[in-house]
This record gives sequence, C-alpha cells and structure tokens, in this order.
Amino acid sequence: MDLKETVRLQAKQLTCIRDDRVLFAGLSFELNAGHVLLLEGKNGSGKTSLLRILCGFREPDEGELLWGSDSINDGQYHADMAYVGHLDGVKKELTVFENLKVSLALGVPGRYSILDALTRVNLANYDDVLVQALSAGQKRRLSLARLLITDNKLWILDEPFTSLDKQGIALIETLMIEHCATGGMIVLTSHHDIELHDVVVQRINLS
Amino acid sequence: MSLSNAFFAIIKRDLVLALRRRSEIANPLLFFVLVITLFPLGIGAQPHLLQAIAPGIIWVSALLAAMLSLDSLFRSDFDDGSLEQILLSSYPASILVLAKVIAHWLVTGLPLLIIAPLLAVFLGVPSHSLGILLLTLLLGTPVLSLIGAIGVALTVGLRRGGMILSLLVLPLYVPVLIFASNAVEIASTGLPVSAQINILIAILVMAVVLAPWPTAAALKMSIN
Repeated sequence: MDLKETVRLQAKQLTCIRDDRVLFAGLSFELNAGHVLLLEGKNGSGKTSLLRILCGFREPDEGELLWGSDSINDGQYHADMAYVGHLDGVKKELTVFENLKVSLALGVPGRYSILDALTRVNLANYDDVLVQALSAGQKRRLSLARLLITDNKLWILDEPFTSLDKQGIALIETLMIEHCATGGMIVLTSHHDIELHDVVVQRINLS
Repeated sequence: MSLSNAFFAIIKRDLVLALRRRSEIANPLLFFVLVITLFPLGIGAQPHLLQAIAPGIIWVSALLAAMLSLDSLFRSDFDDGSLEQILLSSYPASILVLAKVIAHWLVTGLPLLIIAPLLAVFLGVPSHSLGILLLTLLLGTPVLSLIGAIGVALTVGLRRGGMILSLLVLPLYVPVLIFASNAVEIASTGLPVSAQINILIAILVMAVVLAPWPTAAALKMSIN
C-alpha cells in the first residue's frame, strides 16, 4: 500500500508528430498523488493526442512515460488508470445496469457498488433503462459513473463536461475533489474553467 | 477467476446485444438459405448434378455468409468507444477478443449449422454424409470467424474497408473450403475422410491459438 501511495506519473521529453506536423515536442511533466493536470490549448493543439498517448493508444514519437518506476506499457499502469473520452463507451442497446456490469467485470471493483455509483451521479432508478433512452448529459454521467465502480488511481478525462448542465458540472467537480482527496490523480482537458477547491491544479498550455 | 469473469461478461454482453438487434442473426442466415435455394432453380431439374455439387454450394454459401457477417464483429464497439474500454482493460486483449469472436460465432455460425442439414437434404446430399457435413461446418465456421476477425480488426478504422476485407480474408479461407467440401464429397462415396477432418481440426486449433494475438494488435492499431 505504501508503495502505491508514492506512485506518480512522469512524462519525459514527449514529442508527438501527426501528419508531418509537430504537435508538441520536449514535453515533460510530473503528476503526484492528489494532483490534477489540466491541459489547455486551442483546437488541434494536441490535447487529445496527448491523452491518447497517456492511455497507451498511441506511442509517443519520442520520449517516455513512467508510472512509478515502470514504463506504462508494462506493469500496473493499465489496472490503475481509467479513461473517459469523446465517445461514451456505452452500448445503447443495453440497460444502464448491464453496461456498468460489463465495465465492472473488465476492471477491479472500487469504492462504490453499481447502484451507489448511479445514485452518486443522479441516475438512481435509471438502472433498468436502455441507454438509448437517455439524454446526452445522462449518458455522459453514466460514462463517468464507470470511474466510481472500478478502483483506478489515475483518471484520464477528455472534455468531461461536454453536454453536462450546471448541476452536472458541479457534481463532477465534487467527484474529482473527492478522488484527489483519497490520493487519486486526474489528467483532463476542458474548455470550461474548473473550480476545484483545495486541490493542486497543474496547467499545461499546448498552443 | 476474474479473467474468466471478464471473458464471460463479454460473451454474455454480445449475446444480449445480438438478441436485441435481431437482424445481426437473421442476415447471414437468410443469405445462406436464399443462396442455397436459388441454385436448384438456376440449374433446373438435374438432381444428379445438384447432388454432385451440393457440398461445394453449401460451403461456398457458408463462407460468403460468414464474410457478410464479419463487419458487425467490431463495428459498433469501434463506433461507440466500447472497443477503447475493452482494450484499456488490464486483462490481456487477446483473450477478450477471443470472447468476442466466440460470441460472434454463436450468433452467426451456429445458426448455419442448425439449418444446414435441412438444406443439404433439399440438395439431395445422401443421408450418410450429413454427419460429416455437420462436422466440417462445426470445425470450419469457427475458423472463418477467427481468421475473419484479423481482417476486420485491420479494416475497422477505414471508412470503406469492405473490399479490402474480402481481399485480405478470402485467400485465407480457401484451405478450409477445399478440405471441408472435399470431405463431404468423399463421404458421400462412402470412403473414409479422417485425413480431411484431422486437417480441419489442426486448422481450428491453430486459429484459436494464433488468431487472437494479431487481432488484438490490429485493433490497437485501428483505434490509434
């Protein structure tokens, strides 16, 4: 457990080249437990590409990523991270509960049970509703509920506030503060200004 | 324990999904039945000719039906982001991919197996070779799904991957087609077919063991 407390994410001299265009070069940062990393920059500046590199979907063209002392491609990393991207990653023909059950089976059970997590994101009593009947904001909250039912130290969120209303945004911010308070860390991109009290927010501007 | 949980959760998920979008089951099956029923109409009243080419007809139809169903294997997961989540899991992607292929075979391959004896009788295949026909389908159609999965994984990111998919996959289907239809043909003459069956078993074992790796690797490339 002690070892886990000290785990941190380190990026060393990352470079990303897409279609012969250098999106960023020599990017280094460190993210410690309890901290939030907010990626800023205009459209097309490489925010999502960086997140996908952090997820291991893309290899950085140069540089390396370390999780603790291991490279992210081996060891614990994939069990410790969770990603919510542009796509919700839920099946519209399944019910809310069935979707979360699959996510739970693919991960390590976390602090919340499925029903508790649904209550937490204000989707209580929606558990047997087909996802195709949900609104865009509800789908987003459902995909964020995935983060609660599995035990992941690092959350990687690509524009998590898209299509959420004011209450929804406040709710996600509360969840993020809670996550950081328990030693979690978050990397996110957002066009909204985030308000996270008592949390260290590092900012990287990519443009 | 939890890997098997994940494995069966994926199979169960895909089966439930298939039940809720029934066209996925119905399409390849309908295609299979239609193609086979058209042959007697096209060839006319020549029962001997029909009987002679029946194994080939059934197997070519099964192969095309399998091809037709391939695209649905990863398409919807790719489009809605579920594929990313599956690949991000800490469990080996190749095992989870194998679960998806098995579910896909249960939905698209197994129904062909069930309807095939009926169609075989319809084409005049002698009853003593029906067992062999079923056995070749049982051994051969999973291979079609497994090999096809590699092709789909490579092309799922392309907008019009259909043509490339058939070019990639059809040559790899040929050995299965040759040994399977040959086995049924030989069986109808009453000769032993253990050689063909053994080769089909070997192909199946090899496909189960080897196909999930490149499929998982290709999927990782496709979602890049």
